[in-house]
Amino acid sequence: MSLLEVRDLSVTFTRSGQEPVRAVDGVSFDVAAGQSVGIVGESGSGKSVTSLAVMGLLPSRGVQVGGTVTLDGNELTDMDQRALRDIRGRDVAMIFQDPMTSLNPVVTNGRQLVEVLTRHAGLSKGEAKAEAEQLLRRVGIPDPVRRLGEYPHQLSGGMRQRVMIAIAIACRPKLLIADEPTTALDVTIQAQILDLLRTLVAESGCGMIMITHDLGVVAGLCDDVHVMYSGRIVESAGTKDLFARPSHPYTDGLLQSIPRIDDDDPADLLHTIPGSARDTVAWDRGCAFQPRCARAVAECLSGPPAVTELGTPIVPHPVRCLRPVGQDVSLHEGNVAR
Amino acid sequence: MSVNEVVAGEPGGPAPAPTEAAARPPSSLGREALRRLVRTPMAVVGMALIAVFVLVAIFAPLIAPYSPTDNSWLDQVRPGQYPGPSAEHWLGIDPLGRDVFSRIIYGARQSLLIGVVALALGAVAGIALGVLAGAFGGWVDTVVMRFVDIMLSVPGLLFAIAVAAMLGQSLTSVMIAIAVVNVPIFARLLRGEMLGQRGADYVLAARSLGISRSAIVFRHVLPNSFTPVIVQGTLTLALAIVEAAGLAFLGLSGSDPSAPEWGRMLTDAQETLTSAPMLAIYPGLAIVLAALGFTLVGESLREALDPKFRR
Amino acid sequence: MSLLQVRDLEVHFPIKAGTLFQRTVGAVKAVDGVDLDVEAGTTFGLVGESGCGKSTLGRAIMRLTEPTKGSVTLDGQDILALSERKMRAVRRQFQMVFQDPMASLDPRQSVESMLTEPLRAHKFPGGSAAHAKRIRELLDVVGLPESVVNRYPHEFSGGQRQRLGIARALALNPSLIIADEPVSALDVSIQAQVINLLKELQERFSLTYVVIAHDLAVVRHISKTVAVMYLGGIVEQAPAADLYGQPLHPYTRALMSAVPVPDPNVEESRNRILLQGDLPSPANPPAGCRFHTRCPWKQAAKCDTERPALRELPLVAPGHKVACHYAEDILSGKLTPHEVRPEEVALTPAADDPGSIETTEAHVAGGLTPGGPPGAR
Repeated sequence: MSLLEVRDLSVTFTRSGQEPVRAVDGVSFDVAAGQSVGIVGESGSGKSVTSLAVMGLLPSRGVQVGGTVTLDGNELTDMDQRALRDIRGRDVAMIFQDPMTSLNPVVTNGRQLVEVLTRHAGLSKGEAKAEAEQLLRRVGIPDPVRRLGEYPHQLSGGMRQRVMIAIAIACRPKLLIADEPTTALDVTIQAQILDLLRTLVAESGCGMIMITHDLGVVAGLCDDVHVMYSGRIVESAGTKDLFARPSHPYTDGLLQSIPRIDDDDPADLLHTIPGSARDTVAWDRGCAFQPRCARAVAECLSGPPAVTELGTPIVPHPVRCLRPVGQDVSLHEGNVAR
Repeated sequence: MSVNEVVAGEPGGPAPAPTEAAARPPSSLGREALRRLVRTPMAVVGMALIAVFVLVAIFAPLIAPYSPTDNSWLDQVRPGQYPGPSAEHWLGIDPLGRDVFSRIIYGARQSLLIGVVALALGAVAGIALGVLAGAFGGWVDTVVMRFVDIMLSVPGLLFAIAVAAMLGQSLTSVMIAIAVVNVPIFARLLRGEMLGQRGADYVLAARSLGISRSAIVFRHVLPNSFTPVIVQGTLTLALAIVEAAGLAFLGLSGSDPSAPEWGRMLTDAQETLTSAPMLAIYPGLAIVLAALGFTLVGESLREALDPKFRR
Repeated sequence: MSLLQVRDLEVHFPIKAGTLFQRTVGAVKAVDGVDLDVEAGTTFGLVGESGCGKSTLGRAIMRLTEPTKGSVTLDGQDILALSERKMRAVRRQFQMVFQDPMASLDPRQSVESMLTEPLRAHKFPGGSAAHAKRIRELLDVVGLPESVVNRYPHEFSGGQRQRLGIARALALNPSLIIADEPVSALDVSIQAQVINLLKELQERFSLTYVVIAHDLAVVRHISKTVAVMYLGGIVEQAPAADLYGQPLHPYTRALMSAVPVPDPNVEESRNRILLQGDLPSPANPPAGCRFHTRCPWKQAAKCDTERPALRELPLVAPGHKVACHYAEDILSGKLTPHEVRPEEVALTPAADDPGSIETTEAHVAGGLTPGGPPGAR
């Protein structure tokens, strides 16, 4: 059984006087212990809302969450706030994009760490202090004793993110959710943090969900990838499989449109996906990517697109597309007429 | 483009894809703010109160049944006994034999006059100082802001009392006193906002286009800094009405004791508070309602004009 | 001849202390002695991490931030010597495209007003009919329909806003465009559109670009020449293919190896040079080579005492300039990298830290008064 099972998760935002917005729509995925799972998407794809829903961190007013989230056999979706708080910080921990706003600016780094350790791990104050020092050392912070007595603003961005990670792993969580943890950081610092996360997952055997817009980050870190577009997962596969044969036109277009640093003979113009994420279709009417898709046919607008399985039962590679890239002839002969 | 679905944006939430730009009628920013304003119940109540207040002030001679200074009913008044509401005198008669309702109606004129003039004087001077400091920066800013700091360091009402006392008892001095108190508030507000806007990229863009400094200040920085000033203006109007009443209560308003004015009516009612408390409540209520109207509109404006709520 | 020449450019921001009587207690050396030449019709890429001074350099070239020393020559004219009035007239020759397309457009200005403003300011001939025609041309050039002229910035998507920013920059037919992180605020699928647009416009109007970015892949894609900045100075400069094919400076090597590649097979086999520690404070940069505190190839001699000049290596790599004492030996493999312990990396004592360098840059660059922060409090 998987560590985390997300089944048919949906999140709808309702605001008075406005059409409800379905930000996440029928999302299902698994995370096994020791596994890193990437959720990739652009702004508005619903990737961050998915992670907040898994953590139970969405506000209750104006938000409807459907589906189930099961962690280690415990169903989180119908747990009360109190039990959920216990789980957060102990079994599941989250790392956010901006470490400055996630750390309390008026409390020393040490106290923030100690607080987590005494509350969730049940350590005494003395034990917690010693453990906090160990944790900072473990996440690669030099001179941890001094850093414990300092405030978050006295640290650089990279150091702050390390402190956040130290807080997140303080109680040896089973699942780590990292929401764009390196987006605010410079490349060399990003490399340090990704390296640290890789090591932590390998050493502790926890599962990790990596929310990112950067396919490069996914390529270097994740075992499985789910690509989200407009609230739904449009393609899922093992990382190598996905990069070897991106099959949803969106994934494919995205990969082709990214300039690569190791491209020794860059083409004059980049491949582009036309339009923007605003050009969309409601999923129940058709494929949300249809207005931007070069492979679109009339059928793409006749109801929600079915999922095509391109993998095997053991190594699945589902694609939510009627005409996956590289599959035209075998699957949908005759659909090509527009 | 016909298949494009308009998805409402969720601030801080997922789909930041509010509207397809090419499929929407053009709208000016002001009109949009107004549309949001009329959809806020708080603003509607505030605007209704202000409308009543202004209409009453303008049409006071038509609404008031009697002249505010007409004391023909002095014979009905006995010490400690003042006729209450009746069909002829809706709010009764005051100790000097005048119709209270008429005085309240005419009082609206005074209050509105004081509020508007004090606001206009204070705002103009404050805005001028704020623009000076905000546009030039450097030593000009330092000098202006030190001056403003000194003004701010004196408590508002105390300052107004001092100014009014210095200028002598008159309506003009009350208006000037209230204006002076508001000068530093406007100056500081505008200057701070302008300094913030000056660092914005679009100002840098304008500079890189070779737009002159004065054009940048007046066409870009100032319009974008003005929202809080407008909001402050409505709140100041509310405050000015209360302050004018306060100064009148302290006996610092006009030298003509028969002038109908809410603050003075409150002062006069003090002497008969035990026997006729209603005489204090009517003008008090009038002050509160008028001030409330401007406050409600001001607060709603703050939200309506906030770009964070704009979509 | 090169269109843009920058010589020994310095931008030092004074650090002031004291409440009533301010005195200068130091300087943030945001840009510290930069030389560069940009050939007409080409793209010059400037890469570096935040705090390296690349944005300040871009603004100093445009005199949006006043340099403290050095010269900037555009088309043979020394623009730092110009009076403010003359400078305004010269501004039509070079324009800027900004990172955040929302922040760089005045929220209260309609598209029409935004595009007319530069035309009016520079007395574009032909009156309002000609202006309207020019606006239609500009919108067409950046791929927006004419119907948007009455719209306001908030009604557009990020990519469309950036197109507007580009249209505004093109309004006066400039020869040089400085683009500061032109795509980093955009979604991945939109980035390619804007990059392509910039390329097409360059060909069509023979524009010269200076592209400032932290994304090395984007810079490689559009630049002919690339310069790498570290802590206020250029550490390496070469034709794009040479620089990416064979980075010579230890910092460039580390930077390149840190960029994630969207290919798991490449990621698996890559050799990463992980730098230790953070960027030292530009208020108190290390002596000698600025990078020596984090350099895995640091040697006992010269590195911490003598600041290396940017020099060409005519024998091993013609046209390739690098500021490293030991570039040849590192290239030949005579010197090998060693461990750098994080404890050795100079950490700025918090008390001396004047605040992050970006905020310092931001408020200084934001002032209308040249020379210093406007009564910053």
